[in-house]
Amino acid sequence: MSAIWIAVIGASLTAFLNKYIGHSVPERWLNKPKVIKINALVPIVLLNALVAVQTFATEKELVIDQRAAGVAVALIALRFKASFPVVVLSAALTSAAVYNWF
Amino acid sequence: MSINPKTNPIDRTALSVAFTVGLYGAAFGAAGVTAGFSILQTCMLSLLLFSGASQFAVVGIMGAGGTAISAIATATLLGFRNALYGLQMAPILKVSGIKRVLAAQITIDESTAVATLQENDADRQRGFYITGVGVYIFWNLFTFLGALGASAIGDPAVWGLDAAVPAAFCGLIWPRLKNKTHFIVSAVAITWALVLTPISPAGIPIITTVILAVIFGLKK
Repeated sequence: MSAIWIAVIGASLTAFLNKYIGHSVPERWLNKPKVIKINALVPIVLLNALVAVQTFATEKELVIDQRAAGVAVALIALRFKASFPVVVLSAALTSAAVYNWF
Repeated sequence: MSINPKTNPIDRTALSVAFTVGLYGAAFGAAGVTAGFSILQTCMLSLLLFSGASQFAVVGIMGAGGTAISAIATATLLGFRNALYGLQMAPILKVSGIKRVLAAQITIDESTAVATLQENDADRQRGFYITGVGVYIFWNLFTFLGALGASAIGDPAVWGLDAAVPAAFCGLIWPRLKNKTHFIVSAVAITWALVLTPISPAGIPIITTVILAVIFGLKK
């Protein structure tokens, strides 16, 4: 089985366990202030790290290319409360323009 | 249960949330194919894993050359919030057996959010199920369309898909940044990931930022 299939099936299993455990364990097991607080930060750190790597990494090298331009435009769009499709499309158009014309 | 968005405000909210979120599925479908997943593998994630941020993490990490273990670990940590949603929903839904399995699968950000907006348990149940099932249907439909579209495109950079994926992440993070600490944590996490990228295996720069969440979370 390829690594991708292992990731697909493995992550699907643990995702379901997460969901099912919540429905099944006594509330006091998980409902602790520290757990809640750390949990609020987990998506923030992981997703930010993913954005950073996807924007600036090519294999193990850090580069500034068309992707950085696209993400910068996405951040500006978010700053001006643009909707999700606008954010993604403006990033794609910017990146494509830089890639194809420079 | 008959659904009537014209007369029932819960149904209206649930369906509009389901459709809007479903559209994100197209971005995920494109991200999966761009990361080197087949259309089938991309669609399986939406059908089985069914939790947006975790799905994006799996394709993002595998696409960057990370190991399956780091992809699974990252997705699992991102999905822990669904366990907390389950805690909230269980006393409202009161289901067991196969019904609990199905309810668990649709326990996500949106179904829980719509449920908690309602004022009594009957309405909460209605909001939860219609939103959950609605997002499931639209999310999977648009995943397929996005994957199909991206696979027809070829080189993702020509169409800007290489930037669309991190931009989609930014759209997921943005609404979560609610105070100064969140922005500081974001900056530290980004720096951490970039510093580790040249010197550690792919996937490690991402999963290890959880240490930052613990450090900042334990600070008073």
